[in-house]
This record gives sequence, C-alpha cells and structure tokens, in this order.
Amino acid sequence: MLEWRRRREPSLPMLALSPLIAIALTMALGMIVFTAMGYDGFHAVGSIFLTPFLEPQRWADIGVKAAPLVMIALGLAIGFRANVWNIGAEGQYVMGAIAGTGVALLTYQMTGWWILPAMVLAGILGGMAWAAIPAFLRVRLQVSEILTSLMLTYVAVQFLYFLVRGPWKDPDGFNFPQTRMFTADQTLPTVLEGTLVHLGIPAALLLALVAWLLMEKTTAGYAVKVVGLAPAAARHGGFSAERTTWATMLLSGGLAGLAGLFEAAGPFGQLTPQFPIGYGFTAIIVAFLGRLHPLGIVFGGIVLAATYVGGEIAQSTVRLPQAATGMFQALLLFMLLATDVLVRWRISWKRRAA
Amino acid sequence: MTSAILVSILMTLVAASTPILLAALGELVAEKAGVLNLGVEGMMLCGAVAGFAVAFSSGSTTLGLFAALLAGVATAMVFAVLALSLNANQVATGLALTIFGIGASSLIGAGFVGRTIPRLGPIFPAALSEHPWLRVVFGHDILVYLSLALVIGIGFFLRRTRPGLILRAVGENDASAHAIGYPVIAIRYAAVAFGGALAGLGGAYFSLALTPMWADRLTAGRGWIALALVVFSAWRPGRLLVGAYLFGAVATLELQAKAAGVSFLAPEVLAMAPYLATIAVLTMMSLGRRTGRLDAPACLGKPFSAV
Amino acid sequence: MNQPREQIVPSRLALAHISKSFPGVKANEDISLSIAPGEIHALLGENGAGKSTLVKIIYGVQQADEGTISWNGEPVAIPSPKAARKLGIGMVFQHFSLFDAMTVIENIALGLDEAVDREELKARVAAILESYSLPLDPDREVHTLSVGERQRIEIVRCLLQKPKLLIMDEPTSVLTPQEVERLFSTLRQIAAEGCSILYISHKLSEIRALCDSATILRAGRVVATCDPKVETTKRMAELMIGAELRKIEHSKTAGAGAVRLSVTGLSLPGEPPFGTDLEAVSFVARAGEILGIAGVAGNGQAELLTALSGERLAPGPATIQLDGKAIGQEGAGARRALGLACVPEERNGHAAVPDFSLADNGLLTARHRVPLAPHGWISRGSVKRFADSVIKLFDVRTTGYGALARSLSGGNLQKFIMGREIGQQPAVLVVSQPTWGVDAGAAAAIRQELVDLAAKGSAVVVISQDLDELLELADRLSVINEGRLSAPRPVASLGIDEIGLMMGGVHGAEAAAHA
Repeated sequence: MLEWRRRREPSLPMLALSPLIAIALTMALGMIVFTAMGYDGFHAVGSIFLTPFLEPQRWADIGVKAAPLVMIALGLAIGFRANVWNIGAEGQYVMGAIAGTGVALLTYQMTGWWILPAMVLAGILGGMAWAAIPAFLRVRLQVSEILTSLMLTYVAVQFLYFLVRGPWKDPDGFNFPQTRMFTADQTLPTVLEGTLVHLGIPAALLLALVAWLLMEKTTAGYAVKVVGLAPAAARHGGFSAERTTWATMLLSGGLAGLAGLFEAAGPFGQLTPQFPIGYGFTAIIVAFLGRLHPLGIVFGGIVLAATYVGGEIAQSTVRLPQAATGMFQALLLFMLLATDVLVRWRISWKRRAA
Repeated sequence: MTSAILVSILMTLVAASTPILLAALGELVAEKAGVLNLGVEGMMLCGAVAGFAVAFSSGSTTLGLFAALLAGVATAMVFAVLALSLNANQVATGLALTIFGIGASSLIGAGFVGRTIPRLGPIFPAALSEHPWLRVVFGHDILVYLSLALVIGIGFFLRRTRPGLILRAVGENDASAHAIGYPVIAIRYAAVAFGGALAGLGGAYFSLALTPMWADRLTAGRGWIALALVVFSAWRPGRLLVGAYLFGAVATLELQAKAAGVSFLAPEVLAMAPYLATIAVLTMMSLGRRTGRLDAPACLGKPFSAV
Repeated sequence: MNQPREQIVPSRLALAHISKSFPGVKANEDISLSIAPGEIHALLGENGAGKSTLVKIIYGVQQADEGTISWNGEPVAIPSPKAARKLGIGMVFQHFSLFDAMTVIENIALGLDEAVDREELKARVAAILESYSLPLDPDREVHTLSVGERQRIEIVRCLLQKPKLLIMDEPTSVLTPQEVERLFSTLRQIAAEGCSILYISHKLSEIRALCDSATILRAGRVVATCDPKVETTKRMAELMIGAELRKIEHSKTAGAGAVRLSVTGLSLPGEPPFGTDLEAVSFVARAGEILGIAGVAGNGQAELLTALSGERLAPGPATIQLDGKAIGQEGAGARRALGLACVPEERNGHAAVPDFSLADNGLLTARHRVPLAPHGWISRGSVKRFADSVIKLFDVRTTGYGALARSLSGGNLQKFIMGREIGQQPAVLVVSQPTWGVDAGAAAAIRQELVDLAAKGSAVVVISQDLDELLELADRLSVINEGRLSAPRPVASLGIDEIGLMMGGVHGAEAAAHA
C-alpha cells in the first residue's frame, strides 16, 4: 500500500520538480481525453506543447503573449502570498486599457514623446483604481475580495462594451464597435525590427526581477509572506495586515492595468469587444505554475503563452476547437495542485504489515 | 397593469431565481461542512452542457437532468480529491474548477451551439394552470418545486437531525469532530458531492428550462452570485430563499427594462446591475454585522488532515 | 518484573508489555499496569514521558506495536475510540473536543455513539447533573462557559455511556483550586460507584490527595508503581524527573527600582468573537522585579498581552508608559524599538511563523533593536548571525538557523523565542505562559533566564496559569479575572487558597480593587 508521511520540511527538489511533473501529467491526460473525444490526441498535445517551442518563427508570438501573463501573474502571486485573493485581474486589465485608451483619445491630435508614458501611467492608475474597490471593501468592511473582484470583472467588461459601442465608437469606423486606431505616438515601440516583439517583453522581465528583489530582499516582501502565513505573527512583529492588503491589491491591480495598456497599445492598437480574452484568469494558472515565485512565473508565463500559440496551431493541424486550450490550461492547474502534495508529503510504496 | 403581465413577470422571477437558489443551497451544505468550493460556476457549466448534450441526443429532458446531476457530482469529486484528500488550497482548487468548467463546457458544447431542444415543462397538468393566478402556483417545472422543497428539507436536516448536527460539527471544529470519532473527510466528500449535484441541476436549468438552446458560458457568472448569496444568507436556507428571489427580481427588472426598451439606460449598464447589486448586498451584510464572523462555519476553507 | 497481580476480582484494565514507537522515538517501552474496579489510578510523568501515547492506545486512538490489553480479565483489541467506548471506556481530553458555536446539549449529543431523542437526552443529562450536583445549563452555547463548565460537558458525555473506566488527561491544568476540589469530589463519587479512573497528571499534590495507586513513567518506561499516600512527594518527583530538582537562583535586589512600565486604567473591548473585555487594568512593573499575573485561561490574558505588545492600540497614549514615555498609541514595532518586548502564549503562528526558518523568525521581532534590515533591505548575513547567536546562547537544540520553526520541539522553539527577545536586552519583558508545554529541563532554563533578566535591571511581567511557577518566580502577584486585575501583593504574604479564591472571582469585588 502507499504510505504517506508528512515531511518535516518541504522538499526543495520537489518544489522545483512538481511543475514539470504536472506538465508531463497534463500532456498524458490531454492525450487520453482528446483521443477519447475523437481527436488525434497525440498530435493535439504535440501541437500545443511542443510545436511552439520547436518552430523559431513562433517565439516572438510566445513572447508577446507571455508578457501580459507574466506581468499580471507577478502581482497576483504577491497577493496570493499575502492571502489576498484578487481573482478579478481581468477586470483590472480591462480598466487599465480603458484608462490608457482614454488618454489616447484625448491626445488623438497631438504628438510628442510624453503621450505614451501618460497612457502607461493612466493604465496603471486605472487598474489600481479598479483594484482599490475590493481592497477597500475587504480592509474596511471585511467583504471577501474574491467575490467582489470577480463581480467587478463583469462590470468592467460591460463598461468596455458600452464605450466601444457608444461614446468611444470610431466615427470613421463604418459603425463597427471599436475605437480609433492609436497613432504612432500612442503605440508601443517594437524592440526587434520587423517582429512583433514590443517593449512589454523586456518590461515584463525587468518587473520579474524587481518583484524577486522585493520579495527576497526587503522587509516589505517579508511582510507579505508573514501576513499570508501567520497573520497573528505578523501583527506581533509589527506588520499591518491592512496595509499589506492595500499594497498587494494596488500592486496587482496596477500591474494588470499596465498589462492591459500594453496589450491595447501593442498588439491591438485600439479597443474592441474582443479585447478581454481571459489573460487575467490564465495569469492565475501562471502564478501557480511559477509556484508564486517571480522567476518561476517567467517560466510559467512562457508555458501558458505557448499553449495559446499551440492551441492556434492545433486548430489547423488537428481541428481542435479553440476551447480546448482553456481546458488544457485548467487541467494543468489541477495537476499542479495535485502534484503539490509531493512537496509536503513523502509517498512511498510499503508492503502492508501483517 | 393587467394581471396577465403581472403573472408573466412573476413567472420570469421564479425562473430567474431557481438556478441560483439550487446552486446556492448546494454550496450552503458544503460550506456548513467547512468546505469552500469556489467552483460553483464551473460545476454549473458542466451540468448545463451535460444536461443539454444528453437531452439533445436522447430527446429526454429527464435524462438530461440526471446527466446534469451526475456531471455536477463528478466535477465536485475532482475538487474533493484535490482539496480534501490532497489538501490543496481550496480557493485555488475552486478557481481551477471554474476555469475547467468554462473550458470543458465550451469544448463539449462547440458542436451544439445554436441547437435547440424541447423545454423542460411544467409538471402539473395544464388544466390546473389555466387561470393566470393558478399558473403562478401550478405552472412551474419540477426544479422549481424541488428547490423550494430543498429549502425546507435542508433547514430541517441541519437544525433537527443527527446527521445534520454532525455535518455542522465537522464545519465548526474539524479537529474535535475527528477526536470524537467522526469521519471528517468522508462527511465533507458527501457534502461537496451534494453541492455538486445541486450546482449541476442549477446549471441544467439554464440549458434545459430557461433558454433551451446551447450558448457558450450561458450561466454568465451566476455561480459566483450563488456563492455571494450564501454569505448574504448567513448560512441559513430560509434567508437564502429570500436572497435568491431578490436577485431574481433584479434580473427580471433588467429583462423587463430591456424588453420595454428603456432608453435612458444603456443595455450594458443594465447588464451590470446583477453584479453591482451583489457587491452592494455583500457590503450591506458587512455593515449590518458588527461582531465579526460569528455566522460563518469556523473551519470554512481550512484544510484538515487526520495525520 | 511488573506482572499484573492475581486478584480474586480480575483487573478492570490490565496492560502487559505495551510498546509503541514513532520514527526516531520510542514513546512506550514494555509498559505494564493494572487497575482494579473502583480504583483511582494515577499515571504520573513529565511532558514527553509517554503518558499521552499510552492513553491513546487504551482509548483506541493509536495501536500498540507490542503487548496485550485485558479488560475484566479477557484479552481485547481496541481498534478505535468507538470500540473503547463500547467496552465502557470514557475519556476526558486535556484539550476538549467541543464546538464553541453550539449548545451544551448539542455537544453532548455529538459525543454519543447512537442517536438519542432530544427530549430523552435532556432528561438523562438533567438526571446526571443532579446526581453529581454539577451546575450546567444545557441550552447555553459553549463559548459562553468557563473552562470548568466546559470540562463538565465532557464528563457528562462520558457518564451518559455508563463507563467502567474513566480516563482523565491532565484535568486540572486549567482549573482554579476551588474547581479542582469540586472535580475531585465528583471523581470520588464516580469511583465509589465502581467505575475505575485513570488519572493522568504531573501534579504530585493532587495525586496524593486523590489517587489510590500510581504508575510513574519516565522516557517511555515504567520507573515505579507506588501508593502515593505512602510515598513522599520528593521521592515521586525524583522518580518522575530522574534527577535532583534544580533550584532557581534568585539574586534578590529587595525593594525594587524605578518604574519601567506603568499601565493606568486600560480598558479595551475583547477580541471578537469570544474575547474578554479589559476593564480599567492598572499596574506598574519596576526595574529588577518579576510581576506575576495569575488567572484562569480566558479571563483577559490574551487581550492584556496584545494591548501591551502594541498589536492592539490603547485608547489613549498615556494609558501605557514605558520609562515615563507615553506609548499607548504606538504600534508593535515602535514599542519594541523603545524596549518593550512581549512573548505571547501561542508559539506557532503568533510568536513564531511555523513555516519560516529560525533565521527568518529572528527577523520577525528583532529587526527593531538589532540592525538586521537597515532601510528595509534585509541583510542576510546579520539575520543568520543573530539567529545563530540565539541558538548558541540559549542552547536551542536544532540543526541550525535554517531549520523551520515547525520542526523544533515545543520546548526548543520556546527557548529560541525567549532567547530572541531576551537577546535584545529589553527594558521590559512581558511573557505569557513561558513554560507551557515545555519539558522540565527547558522550563527551568527559561525561568532562570527570566530571573537573570530582572536582575540586570529590566522589569519582567509573567502572565501564567501555573500558580507553582508564579510563586517560584514572582516578587509580586496580581490576579486577572473577567478582564479585571487585582492590586498586586508581595508573594510572601499570600496563601494559595487566597489566590485561588481571587482567580475564581469569588471575591470579585476585592479583585476589582485597583492599585
């Protein structure tokens, strides 16, 4: 029989290995599930998990998709560490884009280097403002941020619909529900000539590094961890749970807003009803795949970005519906949560004693 | 206003309230046992798609309901294995379940988009509901009556029966319940399964009764609202009924306003109403409660391990 | 050899050669004992001597690796607590298995193995309460009850099953002396009716007063079986501890020095949901003295500690003064920087973070007085060195500063925590339950550290439920009862029954009189 023993200390090798085991299990399970559903399971999994990495022309695409995922996940992970469950990053992402777009529409006829930074600032503030609502409700009124942040996502998406169908509709857009295209001064510059690789990618990497320093080297990061692990000990040590909740909510909201602005001013170049594609939710999986560690999140972001790219490939190679990507991502999260048990427990095979 | 319009509004209200009431009742039982399953939305979607698929291929809405129930239980078991047996974080596992439900329902439902099936009909003979006012009493489908019976049944079970007492004890203090010798994990499995079954039925209400047509993400966040209602109810089935019907009223108002073409409010603003109302209700609950979290089961969301 | 004696009436319970090991520990080794019907049998031993393991084996919570259990002369297996109850074994745990938000009667119903009609159960409970004259209201919610009343719920639970053997695990550790007296008369009555009692304790005076025979455990083995009414207390203590008792060395600076901490009229609402309000608490602690605060658990000790530590702020700045400086509105960090250190009762999750290394736990409270994180940047080297110095100076048994707090034994973690605070040379140290759940050796070391700290001119405030500890350590003693603190009195002038009455609130009016 299997024998379970709680480890005295978490296993460090397993901490690093379990995400890889989870990916392997997801691939195996995905093969079985898709084969059972009548698709070519073997090639489906290959297309989703391997092709994007094997074909260099896809790398830029992976980077473009990984950047917002990493940015959002960095903020979420810091919050999760403090037991602050902001699951409405999608809404903050949308509000960031809306705020930035607002600046873009105001500066439509202007030129200048300052326009893009102003949009970035507005994006961050927009995300923060949206996250400030659940933060306030939790700190002052003990309302669960889980429910409120999620509800606000639906509100933000409806608000976006309202804007692009109404007041912000492009007057020269043949009545399509979308805003004007951004001007050159309002668009994120590309870093590598001739590719899609925009400023957001180095920005995401830099932010990961900053987040790592913050969490490992400063008392602020220490406070986040204590508040999450042992709230009473945090109070005893002179750390304020309220301040930590505020800080982590605003940080995750700001990063989500920044990601939204980068997405709007980068790949999209305008706002459309198709803008919210679920990065805010996928980033939750990225955060867990990265074990809530800033550098792990870079890895997690690349893997999840690859499943998006691979999902598109699989649509053409094995006619897998687009929805399969979402299910794959969810399976991955299940497997991550399941393999986490290996970190805390030692499982070995033992013959049952007589 | 003629009585016919009023009756039709009341019928809409009941129909809008029922799926949330079902899902919230299931979650209430799970939470009373100390388990916070945030995957209600995912379980509802799985129930919705399973119910639709089976009803579509078999032609029987009854079989569809059973399939929905089973799908709800099955997804709830995934949650239970992760959160109860493997001690994974309940919040994260519930989120995973919702993401999974969205993906799975959309994948399975891809082939059904736009297809229709016969709607789940009233259970009483049509003769009983010829008069418009009698319709309000006798004109509903089985799930409406089931949900109302469950309000009473669950209330009685929790307050008055020994298994209900034990279930509450497990949610109140898992360590003590274990020390006395109750199988904490097994009881929580059962409660989560029950929650899954009702969430599955609640989801099926969308695809079999409300809009007997498949559309992606047709539950539109109602699972989350069900979770909020459990908080609003202070874990009491009677107040859950009130909450669900209040919410149904807001949703009905939204529909009526849309139908009447209320022009001063954009349809998007109306669509925000249920979510804003939920936040408002949660906020008012907190304002009215000065003493901390006395109402919530003390072990809600905390992992338990007997080893 | 320790064979069960042959008797005309077979023993109610006989254990023969019971052994049980856990990874790395032999908890029980070759333990034999027997209990006659109606006998009150003491199981005596220090923390960690193997008492709880043995009791868990008897009650079916754990299974022995070796050895046999006989019940009324017949060999039996006890695979589960349910099986134990079926045999007629009842147990009152040290930590009660109660449900705070439920009523007494619901709690009792939950403790029964079969469903009983509510009205019938009420009648049966009423009968038991009457025949043992136990005051208890069946419809009250448990969180409104005193510890003694809670214990009665457990006893009633057991008595409803008409037990033949009642196991009491450290039943008096949280009771006032008066409550202890009442408990003893109940237990004597139960035994007189033919029920055997296995009484687990390390309090020798109680065992002498109550028990017919005693089995003494040390390090998992039986070291002696004796009649506690004949054996001397000193001899039993030596058998139990296995060494000469170490005396605390006081270097009294009689007539204490300047006031270092003064608290004036501190009132604070209790922490929800079940806290106790502090009502106009006033006291001073002087340089060089140890002030003891006695009291039964749940009378405001936790609130007092968090109010002093700065985890909760006082209503006005001048309510709490440290060396003459008003600090009532300062937070925990600022107070510690000024020299007020506190150690709460709960080690895991309050005084320390179980999932952090010792190094990181050092940073938790020492960063205000030791330069471990200048300008918010953590200096890993300093953090490690600080933890290392605490480990060395206070003899913490661990693998090093990298060890997780949760991997340490209770005593060692407590030594680390005490060392972390004392190592900062605080002006005032407030400590709650300094030796709770700590083995005798570590407890003696910790008490010595407290005495030494006071001798260096700090003021020490010890909040404890352990009267023996307070009488040994403190120069002056106050009692906290229902959030009110009595005026401190020199320990030398107090009798133990006097303190007991103050703790139980019998002389509530007197206890409320302030300095």
